[in-house]
Amino acid sequence: MGNTPGRRGAAAFWASLAQISIRYGGVFLLGFGLFGLILLISGSNPIDSYRDIFVSTLGSRYGLSEVLVAMTPLLLTALAVALPSRIGLINVGGEGQMYMGACLATWAALTFGGLPGWFLLPIMVLLGMIGGAAWAAVPGVLRARGIVSETISTLLLNPVAPMIVAFFVFGYWHSPMDTNKTPIFSASARLPTLFGTRISLGLILGLALLAVFWFVMRSTRWGLEMRGLGWNHQAGRLNGIPNRKYVIVVMCLGGAIAGLAGMVLVSGYYGVLLANFSRGIGFMGFLVSWLANGSPIGIVVTSFVVAIILTGGNLLQLTRDLPYSVINILLAMTLFVVLARPSFTRKKAES
Amino acid sequence: MSKLALLGVLSSAVFSGASLLYATLGEIVSERSGIVNLGLEGVLLVSASTGFAVTSLTGNPYLGVLAAVIAGGLMNMILGYLVVNRKANQLASGLALMFFGFGLSALIGKGFVGAKIVGLPRLAVPGSSGLPKLYASLLRFDILIYLAVPVAIAIWWLLFRTRWGLGVRAVGESPDTAFASGRNPRLIRFQALWLGGALAGVGGAHLSIAYAMNWTEYMTAGLGFIAIALVIFSKWHPLYAIAGALLFSGAVAFQLLLQSSGIQVSPFLLSTIPYVLTLVVLMAWGSRRRMAAPAGLGQVYEGVE
Repeated sequence: MGNTPGRRGAAAFWASLAQISIRYGGVFLLGFGLFGLILLISGSNPIDSYRDIFVSTLGSRYGLSEVLVAMTPLLLTALAVALPSRIGLINVGGEGQMYMGACLATWAALTFGGLPGWFLLPIMVLLGMIGGAAWAAVPGVLRARGIVSETISTLLLNPVAPMIVAFFVFGYWHSPMDTNKTPIFSASARLPTLFGTRISLGLILGLALLAVFWFVMRSTRWGLEMRGLGWNHQAGRLNGIPNRKYVIVVMCLGGAIAGLAGMVLVSGYYGVLLANFSRGIGFMGFLVSWLANGSPIGIVVTSFVVAIILTGGNLLQLTRDLPYSVINILLAMTLFVVLARPSFTRKKAES
Repeated sequence: MSKLALLGVLSSAVFSGASLLYATLGEIVSERSGIVNLGLEGVLLVSASTGFAVTSLTGNPYLGVLAAVIAGGLMNMILGYLVVNRKANQLASGLALMFFGFGLSALIGKGFVGAKIVGLPRLAVPGSSGLPKLYASLLRFDILIYLAVPVAIAIWWLLFRTRWGLGVRAVGESPDTAFASGRNPRLIRFQALWLGGALAGVGGAHLSIAYAMNWTEYMTAGLGFIAIALVIFSKWHPLYAIAGALLFSGAVAFQLLLQSSGIQVSPFLLSTIPYVLTLVVLMAWGSRRRMAAPAGLGQVYEGVE
């Protein structure tokens, strides 16, 4: 079982990075080809559209920064799925957990808006994580006690959270001008942005958490025990690994990370709480984590690519007069191509 | 609170309940064959937009319903190819299908936002002709609503009283056993997915062609997920699904009633009722409840190589 750290680890790291990039490159090309076909049928020039997408995202400093902005919440919502998946738990509830995190963080932002940022932001981060964790705790406990499968309960709780957010926003928190959003947060409740772009501190948070996740899974006792439980629940339990405790704690941690994603979105990106600020970022995190097979590097690569697609969609809407959602077709096409090749994840899971 | 307002509330509850019942029945059929379709929301959207577009182009709502049915079936065929042929993960495939539906329906419906159509004709409830005109006008429903409960009974009969239904349920419980007894699990799963997609297509068509009579992006607003919750709530049983849809419609009606009678209860909190109730029921039934789910749900049929 001994993982020798150091040079072999580093070489394996780069080798797997290269392998992932090459494999995914081919797959995304095929997906892009299929979407081009749909664009062609609907009367848009696919080559021009793709040029728009890439020039607008990778072609400029600003475009690239916007990709990193879109990538930030995906990193977190993907990690929120990847962590529980290591012990065989399927967390489909990232969407709801994210809403609850955003909800509690917003409460702090609106109530204590006068406090200085160094004091207020940690409170918001903490509350965001508590919100998400609380939303994941119910499925965690139910699963640990063998009452309801976590897949079903997280799925059922997903649509409830946006309604709770809507209840507070429409009922109590809305600004005098709009009914569907809160007033703009005070400057101290906004996450600092970096390099004069819209990239927020959330990106650093996300990358740091992924690094911690990688380190914990690889080099700590917790990681070993979690991997053990993931391989074989029964054997893990017989070896004295506290099965129930892990299920509940890991589920809550996953929820907390999704909650953090919600906090990062409202504080770092929007600066207000919109009643329906996310339409599927939690679900997208599930797909990113699934595509990356829960590997931290894979999550970074995959969310970067997904972020390019999402950011490119904005431009497609402006210049090609297509609805923004159309970009979801491109996203789905690439997913379909990956899904149609199960060897992708299966081989990696076996190795 | 006037009788008229009460009737209006009930009428709109019936309309939203019918779409939900069709979608739930569709999901029951595919889950009975062992396939969870998390992309139901996307299937509903695509069939709603296709149905609306065809109705708007041809002026014939029945052709619109037919197009929606085909669109729903085709959407499910994508899922079938991924999870049956390619043995892909069902949850991920379903979510990918959902995003595909978001995008495709927006693309299809782009030219039809704000278009006017002649919706499905509404027929008066028998015996309502004696009522005052205002009342009677609220008691006019389209054919899909009258058919919703009979269709649910037909699906029950199909699943529990026919040889094909036995095959579907067998495949859902254990594809290997079904194969050993001479069934073709892959074919049966495709058939069940097609029927499920067609039923979802009826639900989507009813939404855009009969109820709202317009197309807006994301007009289903979570209906697909309510349907998935109701499948669990109704124990994967078509007849209980009627009760589930009634419960949901009841919650909608209740919330409208409270609002119109001036009692301040947030509609958002009332909308959480179907989900919370499903979860509570699951908890109350505990692990016994699991016996109701098809044992092979989510399982990949590897086949014999």
